[in-house]
Amino acid sequence: MSAPLPRDQEFLLPASTLFIALSLLAALLLNWLPWRGVWLALRPDFVALVLLYWCIHKPYRVGIGSAWVMGIFADVADASLFGQHALAYAVLAFGCIMLHRRMQMLDLRLQTMQIFPVLLLTYAVYAAVHWQLHGYVAWGYFLGSVVSALLWAPLTVLLQALRHPRSDPDKL
Amino acid sequence: MEHTQSFRFFNRGPSPAVRLVFFILLSLLLLFVDARYQYLEFARSGISVMVYPLQRLVAVPGMLWHQADAYFVLQGNLVRDNAQLHEQHTVDAEQLQQLQVLQAENDHLRQLLAVQQRADYPTQLAEIVYTERDIFKRKLFLDKGTQANVQAGQVVMDDSGIVGQVTRVYPWLSEVTLVTDKDHPVPVQVLRNGLRAIVFGSGDTSELALRYMPVSSDIQEGDMLVTSGIDGTYPPGLPVAKVSRIERDPAYPFARILCIPVAGVDRQRQLLILSGLPKLPERPEAVAETATDKPRKGRRKKP
Repeated sequence: MSAPLPRDQEFLLPASTLFIALSLLAALLLNWLPWRGVWLALRPDFVALVLLYWCIHKPYRVGIGSAWVMGIFADVADASLFGQHALAYAVLAFGCIMLHRRMQMLDLRLQTMQIFPVLLLTYAVYAAVHWQLHGYVAWGYFLGSVVSALLWAPLTVLLQALRHPRSDPDKL
Repeated sequence: MEHTQSFRFFNRGPSPAVRLVFFILLSLLLLFVDARYQYLEFARSGISVMVYPLQRLVAVPGMLWHQADAYFVLQGNLVRDNAQLHEQHTVDAEQLQQLQVLQAENDHLRQLLAVQQRADYPTQLAEIVYTERDIFKRKLFLDKGTQANVQAGQVVMDDSGIVGQVTRVYPWLSEVTLVTDKDHPVPVQVLRNGLRAIVFGSGDTSELALRYMPVSSDIQEGDMLVTSGIDGTYPPGLPVAKVSRIERDPAYPFARILCIPVAGVDRQRQLLILSGLPKLPERPEAVAETATDKPRKGRRKKP
């Protein structure tokens, strides 16, 4: 396998619930940074990305239910309607639970190609709810899904690195 | 942990598809209830209490940046600004004195005519905690909430004009819908001739549209639009927008009139919340049907 991260051979620390919770919290905080103007349109959805990561790597720990709860938090903070983010994130979690076996076979580049449609679907669900309620769609919003997909590889590398065991102190 | 899970042949619990359907239905139910009724405001303010410290935490880097920025201002700029402000102050002071005379005269005339007095409205200074985070909706969050007696429906303005309206109140925060929000209507009057109209937000922070004005209506570029105070939500006489472009195409019944908001909708940091608006008598039901300045379907909350 030519994957840059041969996950089968790699020893990763078991992901503690605390670590998962902290990564999701960090993603929420990143989403809440004061993004403005063009940056707002380009803002990647960090929560969606971290949820994707955990749904693919730990599908028994983080699933549709946790994604939904994160969605409710995002709804309150964004002052969107209750359930708008929640609905989108539930669809996202379902999408990557469907994909998770396949994703573990692929390298990061191919993974990006796989998750882009899932992200696009998530964004489309959010936009569709908004369109139903308010009757218009801001098309710039979909740029965020492209940026999110591009960030998938760096984010995966980062989270994998954080899950590596620390280097052996006896070595020094 | 990982290994015990990968040997699990039979998943416990319902399949992902069933879960998905369950959560989709739950979300749709919540969406419906939240969009149609106001039952969930309590839950929302409850969760916002938990979320609030995190939101403030996130706003810290931006605030530090602002403070650092303010610290490294050149002295030359300060001197120049100071001179400019002094000049402005002198001009304003003179106008203010004239205004006081006019105000007294106006009060007197209104008393003579037995018209209801226009009051001065007490204001509350609030700071923007953060701005639009949802690209669909241009909303602001201010750092005053129910703790500071802010109520939904209050008008928010800066030093030059109306910025928006408080649409939702949390314990320590309040959410402001901007006048530039898509389809947000504000009843206005042309300052020059008193022509009544309604200005709508266009979803863009630098543009408002004056709709349903006949091609022949007397509006010129550069006209100032002030609130008419007719619906009882906005106090009368506050500047809202300036007409920037008019397209009169005889093929259409209405002229296309674009305006620029007077207030720095996307520039300010401190805003004023107006309180104590006079209560107007209830509008008779039958008339309400034909009124043009009724909130449209898209508005979430009737102020």
